[in-house]
Amino acid sequence: MRYHPLTGADREAMLAIIGARDFDELFTAATGAAPLEGDFGLPRAKSEIAVERHLSRLAEKNLSAARAPCFLGAGAYRHHVPASVDHLIQRSEFLTSYTPYQPEISQGTLQHLFEFQTQVALLTGMEIANASMYDGSTACAEAMLMAHRITKRRRALVSGALHPHYAAVAKTAARMAGDEIVQLPPDVTASEDLLGRIDDSLSCVIVQTPDFFGNLRDLSELSDACHRHGALLVAVFTEAVSLGAVKAPGDMGADIVVGEGQSIGNALNFGGPYVGLFATREIYLRQTPGRLCGETVDLQGRRAFVLTLSTREQHIRRDKATSNICTNSGLCALAFSIHLSLLGELGLRRLAHANHANAARLRDELKGLAGVEVLNETFFNEFTVRTPGDASKIVEALARRGVLAGVPVSRLLPGEGLDDLLLVASTELNTTEDRAALVAGLKELL
Amino acid sequence: MSTTYFTKDHEYLRIDGDVAVVGVTDYAQAQLGDVVFVELPPSGKEIAKGGTLATVESVKAASEVYAPVSGEVIEVNAALEEAPGTVNEDAQGAGWFVKLRLASEDELAGLLDAAAYEAFLKTL
Amino acid sequence: MLDKVHDAPREALQGPVRSRGLDLEEPLLFETGRVDVTGVDVEAPEEVASRLGGLARTKPIGLPGLSEPEAMRHFVRLSRQNYSIDAGLYPLGSCTMKHNPRLNEKVARLPGFADIHPLQPLSSVQGALELMQELSDWLLKLTKMAAVALSPKAGAHGESCGLMAIKAAVAAKGELATRRIVLVPQSAHGTNPASAALLGFVAKPVPVGADGVLHHEDVAPLIGSDVAAIMLTNPNTCGLFERDIAKIAATLHAAGGYFYCDGANFNALAGLARPGDFGVDAMHINLHKTFSTPHGGGGPGAGPVVFSERLAPFAPAPALKRSGEALTLVEDDCGFGRMTAFHGQMGMFVRALAYLLAHGGEGARQASSDAVLSANYLRVRLADMLSQPFGDQPCMHEALFDETWLAGTGVTTLDFAKALIDEGYHPMTIYFPLVVHGAMLIEPTESQPKAALDDFVETLRRLGMRALAGEKEAFRLAPIHTPRRRLDETQAARKPVLRWSQPG
Repeated sequence: MRYHPLTGADREAMLAIIGARDFDELFTAATGAAPLEGDFGLPRAKSEIAVERHLSRLAEKNLSAARAPCFLGAGAYRHHVPASVDHLIQRSEFLTSYTPYQPEISQGTLQHLFEFQTQVALLTGMEIANASMYDGSTACAEAMLMAHRITKRRRALVSGALHPHYAAVAKTAARMAGDEIVQLPPDVTASEDLLGRIDDSLSCVIVQTPDFFGNLRDLSELSDACHRHGALLVAVFTEAVSLGAVKAPGDMGADIVVGEGQSIGNALNFGGPYVGLFATREIYLRQTPGRLCGETVDLQGRRAFVLTLSTREQHIRRDKATSNICTNSGLCALAFSIHLSLLGELGLRRLAHANHANAARLRDELKGLAGVEVLNETFFNEFTVRTPGDASKIVEALARRGVLAGVPVSRLLPGEGLDDLLLVASTELNTTEDRAALVAGLKELL
Repeated sequence: MSTTYFTKDHEYLRIDGDVAVVGVTDYAQAQLGDVVFVELPPSGKEIAKGGTLATVESVKAASEVYAPVSGEVIEVNAALEEAPGTVNEDAQGAGWFVKLRLASEDELAGLLDAAAYEAFLKTL
Repeated sequence: MLDKVHDAPREALQGPVRSRGLDLEEPLLFETGRVDVTGVDVEAPEEVASRLGGLARTKPIGLPGLSEPEAMRHFVRLSRQNYSIDAGLYPLGSCTMKHNPRLNEKVARLPGFADIHPLQPLSSVQGALELMQELSDWLLKLTKMAAVALSPKAGAHGESCGLMAIKAAVAAKGELATRRIVLVPQSAHGTNPASAALLGFVAKPVPVGADGVLHHEDVAPLIGSDVAAIMLTNPNTCGLFERDIAKIAATLHAAGGYFYCDGANFNALAGLARPGDFGVDAMHINLHKTFSTPHGGGGPGAGPVVFSERLAPFAPAPALKRSGEALTLVEDDCGFGRMTAFHGQMGMFVRALAYLLAHGGEGARQASSDAVLSANYLRVRLADMLSQPFGDQPCMHEALFDETWLAGTGVTTLDFAKALIDEGYHPMTIYFPLVVHGAMLIEPTESQPKAALDDFVETLRRLGMRALAGEKEAFRLAPIHTPRRRLDETQAARKPVLRWSQPG
């Protein structure tokens, strides 16, 4: 078999050295029972040709954004990733290396993590960032638990415009730990009153901006109110590119900033793997979950990088750890970092502007359509559209015509009376033709 | 005039009246390796004998230090925040952790004196 | 007791840090990049009226940019400072550093997998759902379990998933107040007690026998009606098969508890034994260990969880379901709730399925057999020199040694590992499991040709001889052939510097 270098002769020679007649004897000696026979009804081995054929057939059954104009967002965004990014992350030394526990032979990974942490801190306007978490939703739940640890309170207040999956993940974490979590009802037009509900019982207030419905939020008043009551403001974002155009959450008083980094460097991949970004104030360093990469010197005084403050983590603290997380999002964080290094400040601002401009143009084009109403006063590259009927049926019909029109809100918030709402995103990849196809499709249907 | 007691968990208590200066012994700091952080309790906290008094972190390990006696924390060694290495340099002097107001002098009865501790170390 | 990492005497470097030959130094991005440079040409859009509501960013971010040639050079130079599986044997016990097939990278990038959005209408992604179904089928057949949750994003996340299902099951019986304990062997991976504590359980240790395995008579007294679950790894972290596992599971079930199995070591068993036969209720599978998805310098992982019949109803959202001819996802009102946005690590599902399809049932069995054979081969060839903490007995896919054999030499496990680096190898896992002093855990996997195993043995023996001959100074100075040597981890922890900052 092409992945197994040992030959029959090798195995015999090895068994002879071990002193076992055959593998079954060795296995029985090690476990007390013979190995199971048979293939459990599993298929036979396939050649590379056959594997590729099999998986290509499955891939072809999916309508990809490569073949259909795509206006989906709601927490995952389709952006251009430069060819160099994917090429670099496939280098053996990045792809097939492990967690940098032996720093002398993993300075490549460690230096890139240090750069990544710096980039995330700068983008979010915060003092420190960790070496990534699984994704934005788990980073959000971890931020909530961290706020509990810091304030010694166990009650969180959540905006009605937090991504429903993020809210669900936080609720699961709270329920399992016996903590309290209060979420306001879905807030389509950024008109909820979070301020009026901030009191001394809260460990944190969790707000997303740009929010789930696309609205931009000024967090300054909220963070002041939180601080007056001894609570933390957790700011969430799901579209990392927005940070190229919008005020940083750190500059609006946020204490912990978490979000999804997928937009930069990583493909849609049907929902994973993604990369969770986590940034906070230096004073909260010891309560921060996840891996941290720090600068130091080596025996010869040369600057070097090493995983540090491991005593917060599971492999040392065990049942008193800040989190049970072991893996980070390594390669996805690298892709994020390479893409952001290529973009730089200049490129990121232009990219963000292109996104906003495309969305603004689409909004204007949709305004002309009878029966369709764009609800947002403010947006970055995604907004909420009210349709005359069931948005999910419209989306299904347009998909059959080869247009991926957006995400019906009812997909994530069923039974809330929001079935007529559609989330539409437009990135730098959406062309004039794409927009025309969407508008024409909607016109035909409505 | 102060008396110093020890425990088999390598803590020391330097008693002066009803106040004990508590820390870990020189043997302990050598075992722990370079100390990078010491988590101390807040002033005013009441600690029962056997409760967690502090957590000492080295690069690769975190060790709990348990209170050898009950008492109220009246002062903690704030200097350890900037210079945790003091625990390694001078564990039984400048590297002290907390000052406790003793709840009960009777609890001192079970502790080791200097000679007994030295003897104990020889058995390790 | 871990010795000071920074014991070796410091030697001042002569002159500035420079590149030499093919050892190329590379500064930080922030030292070479410039804020007015970009390696991506974005078409300038026409001006539009801003809809940002006065929340436009006005302050500079401070992010430097690199042109494409600069970016290639920067990251290529960094990459060359890393060891990797492709470059050589990576014998990390408990990590399963097997070959990462490149076909997997190719198929994962097919637009039909990579360029689909998680919230597209399910009718437009039936191929993706079929792939998930196929992978589920493989995992269920290999483990003989009843249901699978694909969504956990890594092993530790999978542990949380399994324990959450258990907690939900315990709650459903109304026993949450009385069943607070989770039993965890002292040899367990740190994620086990961490996961238990995070869910509000009390992790109670279970003693490991002098022979390195659990004994039913020692464990049974701890199993009462106050125990929600036991978390075991099989084979355990010492590389040994837990022979009493089925008996322990039976006692646990009789007392109303649940059995969580940490599947990190499944590479010893896939195709040869099935967790369902030992009474497992939930087990996570590390796709990035057993099923070859790449380690990527620390992630991403994927940790799907298989469940028994009694735990299946509590599995989280989303769940894959057949609805007539089509496949669908149940996204709400499912089990104990949701633990991640979207559906899981699809990119890893594609890679893992490609691996499994390539192997077939027969190949999966061969992989595990070769893994166990190779570990025992190494063990037997080193047994006369290195000390085995639990005696000379057959191991599974990894061989455990301790530092007893180095007693009196002044060479620690750490020193030995650092010296191994100079010989061109990544060290084995050291100081884990914690129950053994100076542990050295070696896992070759099935991906090594016999010549590589022989070379590794000879290298270890050569180093061992030097340690036993008293060359401790050389060991304390190692490694000397690496881009950096013996980092000051104490300084890194005492004075954390976690990012670059503008000087001045």
